[in-house]
Amino acid sequence: MKTPLSLTVNGAPAEAQVEPRTSLADLLREHLMLTGTNVGCEHGVCGACTVLVDGAPARSCITLAVACDGADVRTIEGLDDDPVAERLREAFSAEHALQCGYCTPGMLVTARDIVMRLPDADEPRVREELAGNLCRCTGYVGIVRAILRVLAERKGGR
Amino acid sequence: MKPARFAYERPRSLEAAIRLLADGGDGAKLIAGGQSLGPILNFRLAQPELLIDVRALPELGVARDEGDAVFLGAATTHSAVEDGRVPDPTRGLLPAVARTIAYRAVRNRGTLGGSLAHADPAADWVNAMALLDVEIVAQGPRGERRLRASDFVRGPLTTALAADEIVVGVRIRKLSARARWGQYKFNRKPGEFAEAIGGFVHDPELEVARALVGAIGDAPYVVADATRLDEPAMHAAVASAGLAPGTYEHQIHFVALKRAAAQARAA
Repeated sequence: MKTPLSLTVNGAPAEAQVEPRTSLADLLREHLMLTGTNVGCEHGVCGACTVLVDGAPARSCITLAVACDGADVRTIEGLDDDPVAERLREAFSAEHALQCGYCTPGMLVTARDIVMRLPDADEPRVREELAGNLCRCTGYVGIVRAILRVLAERKGGR
Repeated sequence: MKPARFAYERPRSLEAAIRLLADGGDGAKLIAGGQSLGPILNFRLAQPELLIDVRALPELGVARDEGDAVFLGAATTHSAVEDGRVPDPTRGLLPAVARTIAYRAVRNRGTLGGSLAHADPAADWVNAMALLDVEIVAQGPRGERRLRASDFVRGPLTTALAADEIVVGVRIRKLSARARWGQYKFNRKPGEFAEAIGGFVHDPELEVARALVGAIGDAPYVVADATRLDEPAMHAAVASAGLAPGTYEHQIHFVALKRAAAQARAA
């Protein structure tokens, strides 16, 4: 019943034997012990499980692990040395953009995508783009400010 | 929740996928991006025996200019349309619709063909394609069929596809420079399914004037000749779509249609 699978996770090759019904999130958390990716709603709404698949944000709870055979997956653990993620972590801390932290791994992956893909995003656009990541602590104010801060920094540096 | 057990195949060719689908009978289900099927599997609302992954089939990944139209393969993602990574024959309508589908992380995996075959009445592509009356190209053991989008969806989660047919792509006529369009999606939070969709497209060169009342819990309602679509005609269209005058549903669909038409006229 198990399917062999090989992919790249955080820059290193990874192999696993999984049932086809295993989600990418469960592959990461249960097989590869990368528990930084959080699982919230398990139906693609809350965004806590957002990771990068081939460079683009994806919901790991509704992405089958077997569908990622050969893919390049990056999780929050793989963004430790990423310069944009580093700036975002500092800004999240400065702007009080987290409290319990459950949404934060997915928030950071989405925030990084906003910063890199939409360098001219203003506040309404940032809020629109964040609609797919739920936070129940902060009311989003700090998160939006943190992202706007990094956007402004990067503009200043251009 | 976690899905019930299923087997999984990733065929290398469209032909092999069609064979697997035909042999699998009722227990076989296609998956592409899995952004609608994934939640349904997790809730165990669907418990297929076999999933056939068609996402990487080369036949479904093409986007080509066919002169008077553009063909978009079924595995085209919403974000590819949003970003203009595939040709846009509609002068901005398709990218505008794409941007309102769910969330970026979903748009990066969800596909045009998957959305159409799933046929949620509130889905953005189901309604946009009915408004544009595109041709949906399907392939099965008996060959290719071209289905009109306006009668493709037969009801909630029900299409004109045979059980062994696969959506290969859509063929969308190019709107002319004189075309005007408007599209309004009413929802309470960006990215949610629509509570109402209004659509309007007028292209004098193609002799097209169509309007759409969408997200009505059933197949989209299309006004095939919307040349004279004043407010009483809009109310009549919404009523014909099955939404009784005086109800909340009637009102939000009327306003969506009115805003879509106003957007088109102002363009």
